[in-house]
Amino acid sequence: MNTDVSDTTADVTARPLIELKDVTKVYGQGHAAMQALRGVDLRIEEGDFVAVMGPSGSGKSTCMNILGCLDTPTAGSYLFKGVEVGKLSRSQRALLRRHYLGFVFQGYNLLNRTSALENVELPLIYRGTPTAERHGRARKALEAVGLKGWEGHTPGELSGGQQQRVAIARAIVTEPAVLLADEPTGNLDSARSREIMELLCTFNRDQGITIVMVTHESEMAAYAKRIVQFMDGLVKTDEQKGEVA
Amino acid sequence: MLWNAFLLALREIRRNVMRSFLTILGVVIGVAAVIVMVTLGSGATAQVTEQISSLGSNLLMVMPGQRRHGPGGSSASAEPFDLDDVMAIAGEIGSVAAAAPSSFQSVMAIYGNENWATSVTGTDNQYLTVRNWSIENGRQFTVSELRSGKAVCILGTTVQKELFGGQNPLGATIRLEKLSCQVIGILKSKGQTTMGTDQDDRVLIPLRTFQRRIAGNQDVGRIHVSAREGTSTEKVLKDIELLMRERRHISPTEENDFTVMDMQEIAATLTGTTKILTALLGTVAGVSLLVGGIGIMNIMLVSVTERTREIGIRLAIGALEREVLMQFLVEAVVLSSFGGLFGIVLALTASVGLAGILQIPFIFNPGIVVIAFLFSAGVGVVFGYFPAQKAARLDPIDALRHE
Repeated sequence: MNTDVSDTTADVTARPLIELKDVTKVYGQGHAAMQALRGVDLRIEEGDFVAVMGPSGSGKSTCMNILGCLDTPTAGSYLFKGVEVGKLSRSQRALLRRHYLGFVFQGYNLLNRTSALENVELPLIYRGTPTAERHGRARKALEAVGLKGWEGHTPGELSGGQQQRVAIARAIVTEPAVLLADEPTGNLDSARSREIMELLCTFNRDQGITIVMVTHESEMAAYAKRIVQFMDGLVKTDEQKGEVA
Repeated sequence: MLWNAFLLALREIRRNVMRSFLTILGVVIGVAAVIVMVTLGSGATAQVTEQISSLGSNLLMVMPGQRRHGPGGSSASAEPFDLDDVMAIAGEIGSVAAAAPSSFQSVMAIYGNENWATSVTGTDNQYLTVRNWSIENGRQFTVSELRSGKAVCILGTTVQKELFGGQNPLGATIRLEKLSCQVIGILKSKGQTTMGTDQDDRVLIPLRTFQRRIAGNQDVGRIHVSAREGTSTEKVLKDIELLMRERRHISPTEENDFTVMDMQEIAATLTGTTKILTALLGTVAGVSLLVGGIGIMNIMLVSVTERTREIGIRLAIGALEREVLMQFLVEAVVLSSFGGLFGIVLALTASVGLAGILQIPFIFNPGIVVIAFLFSAGVGVVFGYFPAQKAARLDPIDALRHE
């Protein structure tokens, strides 16, 4: 199934990595229907670092779920590497997540009572990476987030900042095409938040991992190359920061 | 994949040792109950078979009266046998090895200050052969004692113990009602029957002595017949029926007024009964195994709810539905298999102990152990499937939001 995805991408390298075209998302039915997205157009090129901002209820979380292939649009199209995600089955989307996406959540979402190393190894287990290689890559990923020596600690023994680093290590250990971060600094103080943001910037710059990050704080959004503002289920502004300033 | 799921399951069980133990308790008890029931059942069956063969090989029993099922049995009205009937059976039917008369009555046996309520059987030496008795001590009857109806007796070990304690009974004179008789031998002990009757609680005296001094008539209560080795007891049974109908002048339209019983048939019936009982108890025990399975399902459902977030993480990271399903299914199967293993250990220990207490031989039945184990694993599959499916079908978005 995953070979389908890569096969179709082979000849469409010119396309953007992510392309949302007039995407709408409706929850519920009839009078209770709630339109979370009202026609979102968004293109994200490889290597970009996008901060998605907007008040709660603006549709940014829904958009993230669709980008993360956890949800599908009600109408419109979402092309990931040129593949129409809306037409994929549940397991095909799971395989797409497995091979191309990495997730960082606000609440860290690490497995409790499981060592940092095992947490980082988790996505590699589902990829079927051999044990020895798995250990090596997980150790390297933990080292990259500055947690060398903490491999054996469980989330309960780590601070919030450290837990989020483990989560980032888990997301980048597979060298994903896109890292989706949902308010990664939401539970952290500003010093810890800056460290996390710097980490993300490093991975974006050095490994070319595309990052899409939802955040409330403009200070964090300032680390991104591009800021997309959501309002009432639509993209309100889309600023390319770049080196112009 | 399967190996990973197995390791995961082991880790999850280790994390909650106490809960896991309580979860599998139902399966442990269920498996143990099934194995104990079947093991003790086969022990009992073997014992019944052995005891019945100890009654005598190829044994048939002839009794006056027709054994009817239900009310209206007419054994009381039927004419009793006499010694000539015994002679006829022994002499006229070729495949009969031996025929022995017996008549019995309950009596009070008295020696010195001791007395003991027992039964006295009037018979001859053939009886010992036919019924597989042997003389432990002393001797059997002599021909002249039998012919003249001497007052001599052979005691079963129970009577000997009750009347004489540790004393040597040979040569002593005991009283059976009004008859004083001399003890000439002691029977070798046979112990209790499966039904709990003490086979050693008896006194044997010559038939003639019994008829004259105790019963006061010439009747023979029963005739024990042993068929020759290698002949079919069915054939002997038919021959005896024909002979007795002729001797008792029964017209072809009338039914028999006597009964011939084949002990092998009785043995088959009895073993059949024990086997049915074993199957029944095993089934009841099997139901408890099923209940144990429901316990596993219950805990697995709780576990799925508790680990919703974990499932969400796995799904978001790219676990397939069937991988999550497999993980929980393997966990349920590993749990229930542990239950099965504990159950087997418990059952074998309990069976050895119980077999000792109930004085039943312990017969290890590898078949039922294997079946019980496979069944417990099967319980894990059946009752683990629903919770596992529930886990696999979770929506990752909702699952990640779950507190």
